[in-house]
Amino acid sequence: MTDNPSLAAHPNVEDWIAVRADGGVEVRTGKVEIGQGIDTAVALIVAGELGVPFDQVVMMPVSTGLSPDEGYTAGSSSLEHSGQALGLAAATLRRELLGRASQRLGVDTGDLETRDAMVRSRQTNRTVAFAELVQGAPVTGPVDPRAQRRRGARPGDPEGFEPLHVRRRVTGTLKFVHDLCPAGTLHARIVRPPHYHAVLESLPDDMQTVLGDVRLVRDGSFLAVAHDDEHMTIRGAERLCAAARWRAVRDLDEGPIGQRLLENRRESFPVRGGVARDEPVDMPPPSGAGTIRASYERPYQMHGSLAPSAALAVLNDDRFTVWTHSQGPYPLRGALAEALGCDPASITVMHAPGSGCYGHNGADDAALEAALIARAIPGRPVLLKWSREDEHAWEPYGSAMRMELCARLGRDGMVEAWSHETCSDTHLMRAWPDPERPQAGKFLAPRYRANPLSAPAPAASLGAGGGIHRNATPPYAFPHVQIVKHLVHGLPLRVSALRTLGAFANVFAAESFMDELAHETASDPVAYRHRHLDDSRSIDVLDAAAGRFGWSARPPAGNPDGIGRGIALARYRNAKSFCAVAVEVRVDDDASIRLQRAVIAADAGEIVHADGLAAQLEGGFVQAASWTLLEAVTWDRDGITSRDWQSYPILRFDNIPEIDTVLLDRPGEPYLGAGEAACGPAGAAIANAVFDATGVRARRLPLTPQSLRQAASTG
Amino acid sequence: MTHPISLDVNGVTYSVEAGPDEPLALVLRNRLGLTGVKVGCGLEQCGACAVLVDGESVLSCVRPAAGFAGRKIETVEGLGSPERPGPVQQALIDAGAAQCGYCTPGLVVAITGLLRSEPRPDENAIRAALEPHLCRCGAHPRVLRAVRALAEDAGQ
Repeated sequence: MTDNPSLAAHPNVEDWIAVRADGGVEVRTGKVEIGQGIDTAVALIVAGELGVPFDQVVMMPVSTGLSPDEGYTAGSSSLEHSGQALGLAAATLRRELLGRASQRLGVDTGDLETRDAMVRSRQTNRTVAFAELVQGAPVTGPVDPRAQRRRGARPGDPEGFEPLHVRRRVTGTLKFVHDLCPAGTLHARIVRPPHYHAVLESLPDDMQTVLGDVRLVRDGSFLAVAHDDEHMTIRGAERLCAAARWRAVRDLDEGPIGQRLLENRRESFPVRGGVARDEPVDMPPPSGAGTIRASYERPYQMHGSLAPSAALAVLNDDRFTVWTHSQGPYPLRGALAEALGCDPASITVMHAPGSGCYGHNGADDAALEAALIARAIPGRPVLLKWSREDEHAWEPYGSAMRMELCARLGRDGMVEAWSHETCSDTHLMRAWPDPERPQAGKFLAPRYRANPLSAPAPAASLGAGGGIHRNATPPYAFPHVQIVKHLVHGLPLRVSALRTLGAFANVFAAESFMDELAHETASDPVAYRHRHLDDSRSIDVLDAAAGRFGWSARPPAGNPDGIGRGIALARYRNAKSFCAVAVEVRVDDDASIRLQRAVIAADAGEIVHADGLAAQLEGGFVQAASWTLLEAVTWDRDGITSRDWQSYPILRFDNIPEIDTVLLDRPGEPYLGAGEAACGPAGAAIANAVFDATGVRARRLPLTPQSLRQAASTG
Repeated sequence: MTHPISLDVNGVTYSVEAGPDEPLALVLRNRLGLTGVKVGCGLEQCGACAVLVDGESVLSCVRPAAGFAGRKIETVEGLGSPERPGPVQQALIDAGAAQCGYCTPGLVVAITGLLRSEPRPDENAIRAALEPHLCRCGAHPRVLRAVRALAEDAGQ
């Protein structure tokens, strides 16, 4: 038995790993490489476990029917699931190879070692190649979930080691899905309504004539154009856009989102032990002397993928083949089958590189749309690319959130009771094939086709680390803790999973609040956190960040030179990597915030690829800094007004701090996902540094000069 | 309606058919197969489509190809190959500075353009040259390290 879902679903060695006749080792994972470096990490695990050179490990492309079904590449779980499964599969394979070699060489397995894809006898120095040992008899059968992993099998960053794909990335030779263009490909674009709630009223009767040889595909209010020349396709889309007449069925709700999050209909659930319970919320928040409250807000924010979403699809002999940068080839296949009304077995979904997605962006929608167009034009590969405006205005955003924090302090300044209520729309609108609940309405296109589907109502996800309440539970040993999750209905914008789900905003709020409590009790923020921690790994990352930063106790707030420092801490999902972030900012006279320097300290369990781990943490910091300082989706009743990079700016090279990353290695401990670990602490540390610099507590993101001035004037 | 234009790309002169207002990026990608030129916005806002034109970094996703006839164009493919990465590409590899890699070709072009005009740029010059370029993965600190290392090497 195993608690690893990937291994439970794919229990055999041959599901994961095979030795090829040329001595190479073929590795299959269901987790997709999206710039996070999972291919490199997994290949390092296999190389180390088996004793083969890194460059002899061949990572197979992810495809339905061939790769293990590992659901979505999400939630910082890839190394924990796929990495662990492959480690055990490789260990099982190695044990079998040693057994076969022992017979072949007539020596004890204890005398054997593996190196360079060979088994060698220490005594006799005789060797036999892996390829020879599997000739005519591939290693198959169950992976032993208790297989002894090799001690000291970690290759680290061996001499001359270079992560996979990097060389093709820097030379522009990595083929993204956008670059796939098999013979006969048609380029396609979608022409979309002005906003969610508009339908097509009319097209000119002579529309196809106006478009010339640009093909028009129409299904209700779903409009697309296709042509073998991309430029002609773009021009056709412009003509179609100019000619289409749309009617708004209703307007977008323009009301203030912070108020909507409090006042709209909601379902409330107490959260205990990190799990939301389907029970009444029966305890009031702390009250009485020594009670402090604060509320925090995070607006809707974008994935903002650098490349607009794209997909290539072709229908041949009633079989679809779809190339996509989706994070979940298998669940996507099931949802496509439902939306297209066909058997999943008639669809092959192949992963192809896209730009970083950071969650559920437009990838899955583009895949369905490409398939719909391909079905209208059978036999021709259809390469659909979204426009920048499509991606900005139609991707499912990260949900807006409001957090209500409350604590009662004892005479000694210690927290006696802590309450965290978190209000938000869902964070989980990915399609998960489910015979009980139709999924197709989660895609955009079915909402606009003839006989439209409506978007399914959000359902509360109650499990540990679920979307809204992810990281609402503090890492501190408070005597009384009350966490409440509010799933708010009737909110205006389309949402789904954005990196960290609710954790970024919850950690921003909770760690800002800890800073407020430290200030309230005239305590140093590091020391104050220390006093409430009883978990040694949390303490270690906090100390490591403070130590590298050069943190020393001093009175906070309001430095004349505008320099301030902040610190924050979280364990992602209360179950994955531990991370502390310390930041120094400078707040200029115009209230703009400059990031001066940052330290990230993280414990991700046993380290597989140190530089890749550091890159993920740094990238998480930078993206969260961008959310914190700049980002908010804007809209009015006529639609989304964040339609390009000018109306939705993100962090640029002019405000990037030097980042010093400290990794605490834990050999022998389970791998802990780290791709999202730095985001929450980064946001709170920046806000705390702004407070230290200015004495202004900014509780509403983003921390623009305008919002800082507002916070200063309202206190 | 397309017209023949003559383009000098990566040291080779091509005669290609292009629409009168067809952006250079699309011509490079679709007619010459130079898909290292990325299109991220089509609005000259993100920098993914940068190419060198007479040695200078220029965004190619809006400006018609016809306007580049007779100019010396270099794309990322002209600046090194997987077998022999150019110095800027090697510096980015060494710094672990590419995550998804979609912005990377544009950055390679911008950094190359900067170093040709100014082999030892200071911090302000580096940041100014990279300012038109967006990266969503957050590889910026590593990109900056790579450029500083190149500038330092040039000083030795």
